[in-house]
Amino acid sequence: MTPADIILLALGIPVLGSALIIALGRWANVREGVTLVTAGTVFALVACLLPQVLAGGEPIRATLFEMMPGVAISFRVEPLGMVYALVATLLWIPNSIYSIGYMRANKEHHQTRFFACFPLAIASAVGIAFAENIFTMFLFYETLTLSTVPLVTHKGTSDAMRSGRVYLGVLLTTSVCLQLFAVIWIAVLHRTGVLPSMDFVKGGLFAKALATGAISPGIFGLLFFLYIYGIGKAALMPMHKWLPAAMVAPTPVSAFLHAVAVVKAGVFCVVKVIVYVFGVETLRNTGQASWLVYAAGTTILVASLIAAFQDNLKKRLAYSTISQLSYIVLAAALLTPISIMAATVHIIAHAFGKITLFFAAGSVYTSAHKTQVSQLDGIGRKMPWTMAAFTIGSLSMIGVPPAVGFISKWYLVSGVAQGLGMGGSSTEEVFALVVIVLSTLLNASYFLPVIYRAFFRPLSHDDEHHIHGESPAPMVFALCTTAGLTLLFFAWPKALLTLGQAVMEAAT
Amino acid sequence: MDLITQNIPALIVVTPLVMGLLTGIFGRKAAGWWMAMGTTSAVLAMAVQLLVNVLNSGTLQVTYQMGNWPAPFGIVYVVDPLNASVLTVVALIGAVVTLFARKSTLNEVPQDRAHFFWAIWQFCMVGLLGITITGDAFNLYVLLEISSLSTYTLVAMGKGRDRRALTAAINYVVLGSIGACFYLLGIAYLYMVTGSLNIADIHHILTTKVYPTWATDAPLYHKTVVAGFAFMAVGLSLKLALFPLHTWLPNAYTYAPSAVSALLASTATKVGAYAFIRVLYSLVGIDFAFSHLHTDQVLLVCAGLAIVVGSAMAIRQQNVKKLLAYSSIGQIGYICMGFALANQDGLTASVIHIFNHALTKGGMFMALGCVAYRVGGTRLEHLRGLGRQMPWTMAAFTAGGMGLIGVPLTAGFVSKWYLVSGAIGAGQVLWAGVVLVGSILALIYTWRCVEAIYFGQRAEGAPVVREAPLTMLVPTLLLAGASVYFGIDTRTTTEIAGTAARFLLGATP
Repeated sequence: MTPADIILLALGIPVLGSALIIALGRWANVREGVTLVTAGTVFALVACLLPQVLAGGEPIRATLFEMMPGVAISFRVEPLGMVYALVATLLWIPNSIYSIGYMRANKEHHQTRFFACFPLAIASAVGIAFAENIFTMFLFYETLTLSTVPLVTHKGTSDAMRSGRVYLGVLLTTSVCLQLFAVIWIAVLHRTGVLPSMDFVKGGLFAKALATGAISPGIFGLLFFLYIYGIGKAALMPMHKWLPAAMVAPTPVSAFLHAVAVVKAGVFCVVKVIVYVFGVETLRNTGQASWLVYAAGTTILVASLIAAFQDNLKKRLAYSTISQLSYIVLAAALLTPISIMAATVHIIAHAFGKITLFFAAGSVYTSAHKTQVSQLDGIGRKMPWTMAAFTIGSLSMIGVPPAVGFISKWYLVSGVAQGLGMGGSSTEEVFALVVIVLSTLLNASYFLPVIYRAFFRPLSHDDEHHIHGESPAPMVFALCTTAGLTLLFFAWPKALLTLGQAVMEAAT
Repeated sequence: MDLITQNIPALIVVTPLVMGLLTGIFGRKAAGWWMAMGTTSAVLAMAVQLLVNVLNSGTLQVTYQMGNWPAPFGIVYVVDPLNASVLTVVALIGAVVTLFARKSTLNEVPQDRAHFFWAIWQFCMVGLLGITITGDAFNLYVLLEISSLSTYTLVAMGKGRDRRALTAAINYVVLGSIGACFYLLGIAYLYMVTGSLNIADIHHILTTKVYPTWATDAPLYHKTVVAGFAFMAVGLSLKLALFPLHTWLPNAYTYAPSAVSALLASTATKVGAYAFIRVLYSLVGIDFAFSHLHTDQVLLVCAGLAIVVGSAMAIRQQNVKKLLAYSSIGQIGYICMGFALANQDGLTASVIHIFNHALTKGGMFMALGCVAYRVGGTRLEHLRGLGRQMPWTMAAFTAGGMGLIGVPLTAGFVSKWYLVSGAIGAGQVLWAGVVLVGSILALIYTWRCVEAIYFGQRAEGAPVVREAPLTMLVPTLLLAGASVYFGIDTRTTTEIAGTAARFLLGATP
């Protein structure tokens, strides 16, 4: 089996799995077996590409077919894509275990449709991760949106349908009107010989065209703008509305898709186009990315403030996600080697922390039927594992030891320092530093009260008679696993840093 | 055999004409459909053969002289990559929809008049195929009238279901006749100037004898040519329902029998668009129409408005057939924008979209025909909850909807890719934006249907319905499948459309 086959298999097996899930929908246990086997296989396939990527050497590529003349669906594995693919496929495994527990305990309808959509989303995620050119990335970006809509509208209530409309509306409007615009524009520029290619190329595509004056800085800046806001999944304000809307979905969907696969696809795409399309050097020289530092910084602060006023636990987590995503965008927009590494590390760190938090929220909903923060008094005594995991996730969000969030924050600050050391205007770096400090305080202000309520407030009178314990075992197992990994990556950050280093070296 | 292959350009029009007459006389009961089916299959075979012949001929052009009268005296049929592909579209849709129509017309068309229906059905094919293949401007008018007259009748046949079909048909008769008259007037003006009716000959005389004098002190016939062109342009815009001359279309498509809607939506306006391209590029030439008169600016504005207004009107419709009709107005806007851009990508987009949209919209109208057959109506509430009861039909409908939005891996995406490329290449960034905004409007109206189909509930007490009969389902799935297939494997369509576009741009240096 050549590496090229592995890429295509990693795309094909989930699709096959989805078909099997539909075919075997009648037998729930067999169906869930298919989900778990598919999840394991896809992760194994992606993981076995890792050594070759880290070693550098011959690039791994594969081509599906050429769709239009000069526009092919093709793949090339590079370290950044590897990071995203690993995170998405690895976390799908605990999420599947969790989903099985959750969907059965809550007696959800249409479980076959639910389980059939997940593998399609994963295949899309793998496609985005390994895309070789901007067209392929766009293509799988869209299939990811479409395959997750049925999950958002899963409950079929009018509330769910309304959220589905917001989800689809925001994500497709941004991607079609802005991103596709930029994709076609770049394709036209490529065909007319202004740009060297429409693939992801080290150092970006624009350096030469800008130097010779074949393309004006204005157009360059416009394309960058179209791309950044065209990636609505990164939830940069004001394109963030879809994310809180998507919270109407069952919790495993929120946990996996709206804390990991979909949103990470967004920030991954942002980092990828900054590094491989527009070019870190080119952006720094033209100064066209400085607005992004302010846009991302504002998103971090505003989203944190909104989160602090949400009583609904999932909504609070959703706004926290928006702000955490903008950390990654902010890091990428700082345009230094270390900040690119910080962006990479935070993609991983946030994924593990946030999925844990959502798992915990879903666990509370399943066994205690509570959705509001104000109802959580004393729940830590009844659900110690769940709330312990929640605490670890919270610490990671705030960015303090012993959780992995600390590591990414460390590198983010180092990236700022490196930017200051590079000379030139330092306004952006100072702004970023202020944002980091303020947002850490804000994060603490809305996560610590939840923990305090859970462990230190007495049970309310009603709850003393409401007897429940922990959630079903699969759910507890899943959330303990991800919480454990959040701690493990702090204690043993070598894996994380190796990947980050590889991305940094490939990028600059 | 040789006799047939040599005379295909004539036979492709004569066969349905003769068979139509025979059907009117002998086609009572089931025979009518069989005769129509035989004709359309034969026409399809001939169209494909013609396309292959043209693409393999060195000059990319096949000329056929009627009765061996040489041009410009006799009528010639000229086949080039552009009209060979349009012929194939018409013939393909004709055959597939005819297959579909047997069951579909059973309870939509009065059965005692079925033989007339099938006769007129074939006359409609005569008109559409004839307009496409002829190289003679006056002959084009005659065939335009044949297709229009038969279309009015076919629309009026919907009265058995809904008497509003009659007013829709009358409305169509009035506006269609005005359009045809305008076209005829335009021809007359050009005849005054050139003394010829042959398209190539008129073009030759205009470019060699008339236009060169305009730069001098003694311009010849300037106003006459401009007036002639203006009449033709308005007349054809009416025929192809270009905004704001689209008002006849929504009701005609809505109240016509399902099979007729499917046939008209995917062929009639496309043929109108083809005739417009022919007039612009081969008759008066784009140097005159675009560089001199700046018709392209007018066309771009009309096309842009068609996209926005047509799609926005579609969003408000409760009757899904009418929704699709308004969506067609928007899609016609895409086609017109493509040829108004007058570059390789734009023209390619026009030609591809003629094909892609025919597949997409044809499939969707047929899916609605299946719904009408089983549920008895095509309003949005009739679609509610059908996702479980008629899964295949609804999958075809949804695939079509995806194509209208232009989701990647559907045929609609390919058209849009080329159209936006063409607009950006021509420096018309604004119109590129309008095309993309149109996609979002299409998303809104498609999503309304999808919500009803997959997340809605059937009305209380509504009977459980079965999947449509196979003779209806298979053609529907065929077109829907093709609209997805040609979004994935785009080699054939892009190559043929690209050739046609190069040919047109090369023909008018």
